[in-house]
Amino acid sequence: MSEPNLLYTDVEDDLRASVRDLLADRADGAAVLGRVESAEPHDLGLWRTLAADLGVTSLHVPESLGGQGAGYRETAVVAEELGRSVAPVPFLGSAVLATAALLRVSDDEHARSALAKLAAGDATAALVVPLSAWPGSPLPSVRAEGGGLVGTVRSVADAAVADLLVVPADDGLHLVEAGAARVTPVVSLDLTRPVADVEFSGAASVRVSGSAAAAVDAALLTGAGVLASEQVGVAQWCLDTTVAYLKERYQFGRPVGSFQALKHRLADLWQELVLARAAARYAADRLAAGDQDAPIAVSVAQSLCAAVAVHAAEECVQLHGGIGMTWEHPAHLYLKRAKADEIALGTPGRHRAVLAPLVDLPG
Amino acid sequence: MSEELRERVAALLAAHDPATTDRLEFLRARFDAGLAWVHFPVGLGGLGAARGDQRIVDEELAKAGAPDNNPRRIGIGLGMAAPTILAFGADEQKRRFLRPLWTGEEVWCQLFSEPGAGSDLAALGTRARRDGDDWVVTGQKVWTSTAHTARWAILVARTDPDVPKHAGMTYFVCDMTDPGVEVRPLRQITGEAEFNEVFLTEVRIPDAHRLGAVGDGWRVAQTTLMNERVAIGGRPVPREGGMIGVVADAWRANPERRTPEAHDRLVKLWVESEALRLAGTRLRQQLAAGSPGPEGSAMKLAFARLAQTLSGFEVELLAEDGLRYDDWTLRRPELVDFTGREAGYRYLRAKGNSIEGGTSEILRNIIAERILGLPSEPRVDKDVPWKDLPK
Ligand SMILES: Cc1cc2nc3c(=O)[nH]c(=O)nc-3n(C[C@H](O)[C@H](O)[C@H](O)COP(=O)(O)OP(=O)(O)OC[C@H]3O[C@@H](n4cnc5c(N)ncnc54)[C@H](O)[C@@H]3O)c2cc1C
Repeated sequence: MSEPNLLYTDVEDDLRASVRDLLADRADGAAVLGRVESAEPHDLGLWRTLAADLGVTSLHVPESLGGQGAGYRETAVVAEELGRSVAPVPFLGSAVLATAALLRVSDDEHARSALAKLAAGDATAALVVPLSAWPGSPLPSVRAEGGGLVGTVRSVADAAVADLLVVPADDGLHLVEAGAARVTPVVSLDLTRPVADVEFSGAASVRVSGSAAAAVDAALLTGAGVLASEQVGVAQWCLDTTVAYLKERYQFGRPVGSFQALKHRLADLWQELVLARAAARYAADRLAAGDQDAPIAVSVAQSLCAAVAVHAAEECVQLHGGIGMTWEHPAHLYLKRAKADEIALGTPGRHRAVLAPLVDLPG
Repeated sequence: MSEELRERVAALLAAHDPATTDRLEFLRARFDAGLAWVHFPVGLGGLGAARGDQRIVDEELAKAGAPDNNPRRIGIGLGMAAPTILAFGADEQKRRFLRPLWTGEEVWCQLFSEPGAGSDLAALGTRARRDGDDWVVTGQKVWTSTAHTARWAILVARTDPDVPKHAGMTYFVCDMTDPGVEVRPLRQITGEAEFNEVFLTEVRIPDAHRLGAVGDGWRVAQTTLMNERVAIGGRPVPREGGMIGVVADAWRANPERRTPEAHDRLVKLWVESEALRLAGTRLRQQLAAGSPGPEGSAMKLAFARLAQTLSGFEVELLAEDGLRYDDWTLRRPELVDFTGREAGYRYLRAKGNSIEGGTSEILRNIIAERILGLPSEPRVDKDVPWKDLPK
């Protein structure tokens, strides 16, 4: 096996630049704060532009299924940029989790037609599992009964804006039009990725052939791997913003960034980010390659990146002092995203438990 | 002493049955009986007893179902203003302010920090000019907790810009109902506006409301800050009091969410919380009387770290419930309650614990320089007149 490329390719850098430009224009701190305080916290206008103009929904969908046939490396770059701006768009729920589940069962014609719509940006989907689920975790208990699907799933990411619900049930994977379920947005810790409860009481659905468990596992693995790049983006914003602030904030007649105690803290954070980025890139690369090392790569990345993002966001608040505790400064949006991301798709502890047997470290 | 205290409590209860006495009337009677804060002097709500003896009084009164003074509503008055007034106030000031402060009839806030002067409090620029028997104060304060409920404030202002910054400040009691005081809510990451921006425009403060000498504000403020840090981080707590208790209860209530890895972390945090509690007890025993020193400040460092780690652990433990929040509505709370509401709130509020009352970085400097005696960093601002400092 040739050594995996852990750098960004030119194509990836170009993609990053386009996404970053758009987000700088449409999702700066003030815009995001205004949006999440509004009655419609998801920015669907921005989401449509991301899908239509930049094709972020079709990157890793094969050309035969209406996608661009790029790969998870590119998807991860988009996730990184979206993390950097905590843009409130349903990328993780729809373009990553729901899409990855459907890709796994794409022999089925219903799955294929749903994928085509998602890739084209004509529809948005959510995978109906709690955002806290991790690869291998027990599945929620939605049952297929005579009259349709029955059951409730709590804390589902991006469900509030989904047109289509991808639902693992006891007899397989189902597709449900959002209108057939009761989707209740809940007040969420992460203002920029609100979760919702999804309730089925006899919902009409289409059953997709293939294993629900395999589809969900593939989605959770992919999602966890891509999420690591989002966490790198969150951490990078926190570091950059803090460094800039400590250069300009004066106390005791000097920039507070000139105090060695703070310089060392930021140097440590930078070092953590070096490791996190390497792990996240490797996970994206192995997912792209469909490699058997992907589960190890993903669990390594999640064990590390989740904690780095939380640490970076906590340092960002702390080192901004009183301003960091205020609503008007965007630091809290990153803190809330980082903390929710730590739970999302498996905590670092869960991922270490998944990893240990894979690398022959029995407990 | 303890027998005598019990007798006094019994006498108070006999004369003012809590079941039938108005709450405020009871609290006033308790103050007058010297049972408010027993280590305060006779006549000012105390008996000149040891601090530790307060526990006896509190326990006896709690047993009898007596009302308390709702300390979470008046924390700044109890923890900061009162010890400063006691240490520096004139007799008349002590008599005027301490009783309604303790009973909660008058809430206090702390007008110290400014946009440009947080850690470097001595850089503050709110200006107080002498005008006959009054001082006229203009400036802006920020992050002022509970200013919206406060009747009085402790205020530090610059009275002499021509001398080095530590020398030109004076400490006042500011009337929050003065027409020149404007309080605007400042929303916090929790969604609430517990703190405020306070704009002072030609606020008139009688010289009789000055605490300590003109130009001695820094020394007076140090007393407030030392007490503040003990009030935040060094309160006596029973085993599993505070954040560890909340998190331990969450653990007990969630057997299906336990993992060996999380268990190990929790038990470590439990041990540290217990040790911190014992260290607080040791400190109070050393400090039988007088003002807390730098060791007291250091307690807040460990307190903040534990409160943050524990509340973060709880959010993580709650998994899909940790992704939820109770309410982002902008409210102006009456109480400051670190362990109130739900896990997400506690996690976010705890972030303030390492910033309010002196940041953890500043506390580390205090430990390093004042306890360990390590040399301080070169100072560029110590001997320069305040007006010439870079801003
Ligand atoms: C919840 C809350 C409640 C508050 N309530 C009140 C109140 O009621 N009344 C009031 O007056 N104030 C209040 N404050 C303000 C608080 O005292 C200040 O925020 C605090 O002192 C820090 O000042 P700053 O915000 O200006 O941060 P800065 O001083 O600008 O500090 C920025 C960062 O630099 C670090 N830093 C600064 N100097 C050094 C140094 N020499 N060495 C190493 N690191 C350094 C700090 O630790 C911090 O991380 C409150 C703050 C909070 C968060």
